[in-house]
Amino acid sequence: MNILYDERVDGALPKVDKAALLAELQAQLPDLDILHRSEDLKPYECDGLSAYRTTPLLVVLPERIEQVETLLKLCHQRGVPVVARGAGTGLSGGALPLEQGILLVMARFNKILEVDPAGRFARVQPGVRNLAISQAAAPYELYYAPDPSSQIACSIGGNVAENAGGVHCLKYGLTVHNLLKVEILTVEGERMTLGSDALDSPGFDLLALFTGSEGMLGIVTEVTVKLLPKPQVAKVLLAAFDSVEKAGRAVGDIIAAGIIPGGLEMMDNLSIRAAEDFIHAGYPVDAEAILLCELDGVEADVHDDCARVSEVLKLAGATEVRLAKDEAERVRFWAGRKNAFPAVGRISPDYYCMDGTIPRRELPGVLKGIAELSERFGLRVANVFHAGDGNMHPLILFDANQAGELERAEELGGKILELCVEVGGSITGEHGVGREKINQMCSQFNADELTLFHAVKAAFDPSGLLNPGKNIPTLHRCAEFGRMHIHNGELPFPELERF
Amino acid sequence: MTASAHDASAQLLDQVNQALAANMPLRIQGSGSKAFLGRAVEGQLLDMREHRGIVSYDPTELVVSVRAGTPLTELEAALDEAGQMLPCEPPHFGEGATVGGMIAAGLSGPRRPWSGSVRDFVLGSRVITGQGKHLRFGGEVMKNVAGYDLSRLMAGSFGCLGVLTEVSLKVLPKPRLCTSLRLEIDLERALLKLAEWGQQPVPISAASHDGQALYLRLEGGEGSVNAARERIGGEDLDPGYWNDLREQRLAFFADPRPLWRLSLPNNTPAVALPGEQLLDWAGAQRWLKSDADAETIRAIAHEVGGHAMCFSAGATASPFQPLAAPMLRYHRQLKAALDPQGIFNPGRMYSEV
Repeated sequence: MNILYDERVDGALPKVDKAALLAELQAQLPDLDILHRSEDLKPYECDGLSAYRTTPLLVVLPERIEQVETLLKLCHQRGVPVVARGAGTGLSGGALPLEQGILLVMARFNKILEVDPAGRFARVQPGVRNLAISQAAAPYELYYAPDPSSQIACSIGGNVAENAGGVHCLKYGLTVHNLLKVEILTVEGERMTLGSDALDSPGFDLLALFTGSEGMLGIVTEVTVKLLPKPQVAKVLLAAFDSVEKAGRAVGDIIAAGIIPGGLEMMDNLSIRAAEDFIHAGYPVDAEAILLCELDGVEADVHDDCARVSEVLKLAGATEVRLAKDEAERVRFWAGRKNAFPAVGRISPDYYCMDGTIPRRELPGVLKGIAELSERFGLRVANVFHAGDGNMHPLILFDANQAGELERAEELGGKILELCVEVGGSITGEHGVGREKINQMCSQFNADELTLFHAVKAAFDPSGLLNPGKNIPTLHRCAEFGRMHIHNGELPFPELERF
Repeated sequence: MTASAHDASAQLLDQVNQALAANMPLRIQGSGSKAFLGRAVEGQLLDMREHRGIVSYDPTELVVSVRAGTPLTELEAALDEAGQMLPCEPPHFGEGATVGGMIAAGLSGPRRPWSGSVRDFVLGSRVITGQGKHLRFGGEVMKNVAGYDLSRLMAGSFGCLGVLTEVSLKVLPKPRLCTSLRLEIDLERALLKLAEWGQQPVPISAASHDGQALYLRLEGGEGSVNAARERIGGEDLDPGYWNDLREQRLAFFADPRPLWRLSLPNNTPAVALPGEQLLDWAGAQRWLKSDADAETIRAIAHEVGGHAMCFSAGATASPFQPLAAPMLRYHRQLKAALDPQGIFNPGRMYSEV
């Protein structure tokens, strides 16, 4: 079932007169950069989910918050949908434009406003890149912990909107755990502060609600993040296994030993070989699975923990355990993992990256399920896994030039996500729902839960102008989707009329 | 699962639906250990204590799911047995304190600035809504960004947004070594030292100052804790200090004047306050015993970028820091979305919510 906005199931959108809107914007905001010719709009027709494209009505590139304020007020009065976008690196189509909507690009808000080492925070504009924060904090031996793999390019406003993760989440948390305060503009163009400079703020925890809300509740205009002292040392162990089950059990054994690694990653044979061909990280290409375990902190503790973890890995049946002998080797071990996606890109014309999470104990069963699905759909799947926190990134290999392969890859991906939900997991760990997983939301939540989500949305945006159609599916979409996915002979959402 | 485990969700849902039908407000309560916080609620009692027990706990997953009426001591004992803990070390304020009350109050203990707060450890929840439905949000996995994060929103909402029946929490292994010390330095100097240590990988997990001395707790591996202990110096401290601080049993709290909690930014210097003060959270949480009026105390907190809440029942009509107009409007709209008839703990936080 197509994920592009479909007014028939996703709800009617307001009709906007482009020429009139453009004229009004130009009159009210003479210094605002507005793109309106089709050749200028083209580069903005998708985000990181490039298989889906929609040309926006207009693109605006503000440089001052006052411009955003005026723009939102005008759009609110005129009933114009607004889709916010940061760097456009999102993988779930959260910034996919609408033909009848303005694309509000926040990328020019790229100033670091304040780094306070003694207060251990940085106050930045939303278009600041994730990595730039850590770079600005580096002279003080501090850093910003969440590190999504797109951190070189992705912006902090988008990180807030998606509650971005990374490879160090188990120990250091997600975006939501590393924020102090977010300044927003409401749909009406009203300024509001969520959180505070202190560790908590009065009233409901709207900062938690807002984080990961995918631009549906307001527009992020400033972010204050927590900074942490850089760990004194980081060491990486590489362990090879002759089965993924053993590798999975080893992860549980490390946790059971009372050790929380800074990073704990698993790769299966197909990913190992692809990464090794590309990066020459020194991975054992015959292994069925490898674990990369990073231990960080104060030197003496890290030294002790390395010895403990090595022992645990050997007892768990590792065929080989290697400690990166120096910083160069440590970086090489990580380079293989961090480049796993492009490495897989080299062995297949296209790949589709999934983002399900599962309770870790379910890993062997889920991997078996994925292998069966892979065979059934005739498409290879490489598995990369944030093993510490149960976040899987199966990469489905396909060729978009072969008729029907993209559709097959998407259907296979959908099945994998449903498998994650079945074992008590989630359809998205860190990439967000956006438009990509809009149908799978119907598998994870029932009609009452979705209805409540819509009510929460309406509490902030009653006219539904902020990023319409993302994150939460309509019940009509679910009814239609459910017709194609009947579980155990039961029709989901039996109370709804069918189209 | 423990012997006393019991699923009373059907009865709770019944009672909520009856209250909805009668348009009757409900006063949601566990043991009442935190009933002194916030404003008084008029309503029929919804006793959560029958709905109790650990639903699932797998230490290697670092996740526990537990019913709201479960005594906090029972949960902590189960975690302790597996060598794990609730890192936010929530205060009990009474023997019968329940898990639901801990989430509703959202209060965290001395480790909070380093470990995170109660809400930071919430992964999922089951909630009876104002539509009379028993729903599930979030999950039992560390990373989950599907849908709005209504589970973390429940933390600190004092039951005003729904009846929390079950919560899934992230838990962590207990530190390998823990040591506490007392260092006799004045407040100004202590705050400077804390700012300095805060920028270094020093394994501090609690820091308090009572006007006389700095109290520190160090937690981590043997190497880091011993090295920091040696470097910082001071005399050994009975670790019971931290429980007494958390449970407000130190002599400071016996002062008969109203108790206020000031939440201030990291690295706020010493602030002159109208009364006696005790610092926790390396200065980010300051307890104040004072007869001064609410406006005076709030103005001082506001001046340094923080806010204040009154912890003594009846001392002020609005114990929670009042909200600015747009913020209050969104609070009311959110309350109306989750509790359209306004039956859940109406007025507990704010008269309008």
